[in-house]
Amino acid sequence: MKRLLLTSAALLAASTTLAAAQTVGFSQIGSESGWRAAETTLTRQQAEERGIDLRFSDAQQRQENQIAAIRSFVAQGVDAILLAPVVATGWDGVLQEAQEAEIPVVLLDRQVDAPEDMYRTAVGSDLVHEGEVAGQWLVDEVGDAECRIVELQGTTGSSPAIDRAQGFRNAIEGHDNMEIVRSQTGDFTRTGGKEVMESFLQAESGNEICALYAHNDDMALGAIQAIREAGMDPGDDILIVSIDAVPDIFRAMADGDANATVELTPNMAGPAFDALEAYWNDGTTPPKFIQTESTLYTPEDDPQAEYEARKDLGY
Amino acid sequence: MARTLRRIAPQIATLAALVLLVTLVFPQFLHVDYSGGRLSGPVIDVLKRGAPVALLAVGMTLVIATRGIDLSVGTVMAITGAAAAWTLAAGWGWGAAILMALGAGLLCGAWNGCLVAVIGIQPIVATLILMTSGRGIAQLITEGRILTFRDPTFAYLGTGTVLGLPVPILIWLATAIGVAVLMRRTALGLLVESIGIKRPASALAGVNARVLLIAVYMASGLCAALAGIIATADIRGADANNAGLWLELDAILAVVIGGNSLLGGRFSVAASVIGALIIHTIDTGILLAGFPSEYNLVIKAGLVLLILVVQSPNLAAHWSLVRAGIRARREPRPAASPGPRP
Repeated sequence: MKRLLLTSAALLAASTTLAAAQTVGFSQIGSESGWRAAETTLTRQQAEERGIDLRFSDAQQRQENQIAAIRSFVAQGVDAILLAPVVATGWDGVLQEAQEAEIPVVLLDRQVDAPEDMYRTAVGSDLVHEGEVAGQWLVDEVGDAECRIVELQGTTGSSPAIDRAQGFRNAIEGHDNMEIVRSQTGDFTRTGGKEVMESFLQAESGNEICALYAHNDDMALGAIQAIREAGMDPGDDILIVSIDAVPDIFRAMADGDANATVELTPNMAGPAFDALEAYWNDGTTPPKFIQTESTLYTPEDDPQAEYEARKDLGY
Repeated sequence: MARTLRRIAPQIATLAALVLLVTLVFPQFLHVDYSGGRLSGPVIDVLKRGAPVALLAVGMTLVIATRGIDLSVGTVMAITGAAAAWTLAAGWGWGAAILMALGAGLLCGAWNGCLVAVIGIQPIVATLILMTSGRGIAQLITEGRILTFRDPTFAYLGTGTVLGLPVPILIWLATAIGVAVLMRRTALGLLVESIGIKRPASALAGVNARVLLIAVYMASGLCAALAGIIATADIRGADANNAGLWLELDAILAVVIGGNSLLGGRFSVAASVIGALIIHTIDTGILLAGFPSEYNLVIKAGLVLLILVVQSPNLAAHWSLVRAGIRARREPRPAASPGPRP
């Protein structure tokens, strides 16, 4: 028994030293949103925990900066490259260079228009699935009761707005007691969410609305204020479900103002490093798309602790 | 007073027509409730949500009267909001937050004014510099996140009420009336107009255009600061990415709907503020009518185009010809001599 423990400890130490030798280049888009900043923070944390030497490059929203960064990673001879591509097209050339240097490339969060064999794997979330999780929560919550739903959409025409709307409709399809009565864009902002919710409350005479579905947490947070100013109790008179899981929604949840949120995890690097380590250790080929989990959070999940855990990630 | 009323008559008529149109689509539009110590109803919403654009339009009217333009006001809203939220987060209280925001607004205005009046850069370019760089400044202040606060006194400026009326309405009303009185009860309005009509001539007449221009841009910055305070207090947080985004264009549109010329000269603050209300009546009407969101911008553009066409000077000449024709037909020939036009 003792020998077994010793051997496994030695093995563990060996694999740690192996991992410590790894260098990974990370070309990030920029820091245009709180979520992006949190993704950067978590990637650094993940690399540190695993003893990976992370070379970070901020492209400030420009593809040419990302291409230059990848070239320099190739020249430095890193062991792998993480890429969060700012646009979908124009990557073939530089991906080819990385492939010739036999450096695996992992895409984070967004996809590219290039042949699948040009990159090792892609880590991302499924936006339609997020909408489905939110919708399913509401279906389970209201049961057979009549439910008139209002929807705060994201920026008109953006892919999160289209997919999250679709996913939610997929989930409530076939439940005739549930109906989306109003749907408008709040542009993903707090001000937009608040203004549009005020109009919803006027147009539908508040007490007839049973639930609000917001395509992101910020719009839900604006709407919560509108509901409170209209003299109603958000989270109680009107159920509130949204997507993203930013820190402030957990604070609202702790206050009893929000009911559920679906996480768009900024920890894309974790699954990416898992796949890379499996490949380095025993050559496992990862699937071409690794879907991150869309976890549902409700007030039962200790929102105060979730808030504390997230507030310093840079959201 | 009578002259002001005649000046803003077309804008009032437009607003009334729009209200009628929205009421047809949404019958409860004019319904106002009083509950829990506050007035509520779509009309109150229009007056409240119109606050930022109305405030920006007041400052913008003065700048445009000098033949300038201030593209930076939306960004200044973001900077001042961020400054206020930062001050609150640092624990200095609401009084310091307001002073900080107003100070930041004045500073931004002074920067614009100096670029225009001292260095002589074209206003559209001078203010474009702050418009693009300012959001970065605001993001630096908030460190890229939405900076939230819980100070109830500061939030009162965005969501509180006095005698049932939301505070933002009182702020923009007081600002508009204050500026209009200051401009018209003193010679200040005339001096501002003289710079807009011909700066060299006004300089020869002894007007210190440089100081006055800087003051006008600072006034615009101050108005933007008030708008920024309201926007920040309203959502209890400073959103550097989105606060005041594109509102400079709404403010310019309000000034134009108010019948003010972009070429400077004569101006009316009252008409600009009504222009802002017209824009928000359209916005609120679209929301209440329940159209799919893809139609929002098209409907808004269509209505604005209609309003501008009806108000256009070329059409106005046609209208007065038609009216004169009718009058000539009704009255005997000798009375047909053209009188002074209003």
